[in-house]
Amino acid sequence: MKTLSLSLAVLLAVATADSRAAAAVATVSIDKFMFSPMEITVTPGSTVAWVNHDQTPHTIAARDHAFASGAMDTGDRYERTFTAEGDFSYVCSLHPFMTGVVHVRANRSAKAPALHGR
Amino acid sequence: MSHTPIPESPEQPGRRHALACLAAWTGGAIVWSVVGGVPRAFAADGHGLAVPIPAAGFHFVQISDTHIGFDKAANPDVVGSLRRAIAGINALPVAPALVVHTGDVSHLSKPAQFGQARELLQELHVDRVHTVPGEHDALDGGLDGYLKVFDHDGKRRGWYSFDQGGVHFIGLSNVLDFTMGTMTSLGDEQLAWLKQDLAGVSHSTPVVVLAHIPLWTIYAPWGWGTADADRALALLKPFGSVTVLNGHVHQVLQKIEGNIALHTAMSLAYPLPTPGQNGIGEPGPVTVPAGTLGTLLGSREVTVVRGRHALAIVDTPIERMPLPAAAIGGGR
Repeated sequence: MKTLSLSLAVLLAVATADSRAAAAVATVSIDKFMFSPMEITVTPGSTVAWVNHDQTPHTIAARDHAFASGAMDTGDRYERTFTAEGDFSYVCSLHPFMTGVVHVRANRSAKAPALHGR
Repeated sequence: MSHTPIPESPEQPGRRHALACLAAWTGGAIVWSVVGGVPRAFAADGHGLAVPIPAAGFHFVQISDTHIGFDKAANPDVVGSLRRAIAGINALPVAPALVVHTGDVSHLSKPAQFGQARELLQELHVDRVHTVPGEHDALDGGLDGYLKVFDHDGKRRGWYSFDQGGVHFIGLSNVLDFTMGTMTSLGDEQLAWLKQDLAGVSHSTPVVVLAHIPLWTIYAPWGWGTADADRALALLKPFGSVTVLNGHVHQVLQKIEGNIALHTAMSLAYPLPTPGQNGIGEPGPVTVPAGTLGTLLGSREVTVVRGRHALAIVDTPIERMPLPAAAIGGGR
């Protein structure tokens, strides 16, 4: 009986984690040389997907060079899973006036701090 | 109109020389005569090469922004557009000494696009084609893919120099360092190289600088400028004749700063909006009405006349380029 309830608890935990991850997938759309939304907040383990709708290629390049997509042509999609908490600022390396931020927060209601230099 | 010799500036005889620039687009042409930094416009006859090419001069052609691999609505046939320009260049009454390409050779830096571009450029009837990289050539691994095909001096870097026809040519790369802010930059290493390179050039030698992104700030919100261009221009200031040829903005714009004349060129792929164009908030490809694209794409001839510091520049849309009989009906 004890083993069964433990198994149940594990199953529940897995199911909860799964549903949380699924609910947290966020899409950032690239339209007319802008990231939309420009800032998003997700929980650790979440995946963010960028999709390019412009005729022009774009890229996703972290300001601290921690991650970078290749060239994204029209209709291309780039995904990245964020495991650690933090604020991840990025630009399009082709058009660096295009900027965006991914805020990763364990507690979704926690207010993201204002970024330096913005 | 007939071409009138442009007098030297009476204010600065012997130093300030004239610049003649023909900018032609959308069916018309204007001759820009810049004397003492003051541009003056003259109407041209609207039939392409209104300014005769002096036979004694050394002349070359600039093409730019071919974006091989682009296939969207703004121009589904960039190969046809380039071939149309190549046919026009090959049919010029005086063959150019060389052709320079000021970047965005490819659209997505793909090996197949660089390879196709090289094959197409080999159709030019000139001995040398020199390129500088655009930001579209620097995707996916920096300049590695570009340099596999377009490494002009074998030194595995985006900048180089060479001498031809009494002119010192400098090719620069300003498409890698985008992290400084909204604009690109040349960077310390390249500027140090430039200083060293120019140290061996006499100040009376005409200098032509090739760089993809303009070396002056045209429109910072769209990144149309180079953050540390002032440092490069300061190194070029002592020279009597400096001509900077840029691409990137897909339209003809120009600026004169002392002895330095800066020019951007038309693209051979698609037009971009003018800076801050009404109703357009981003520098993306503009799809124009059918039949008008050929008036917005083009190439440029540059003539260096010995003894005159200013270079004569003629911009011609591909629609108005000369065509050999065999090429009529082909291409775009």
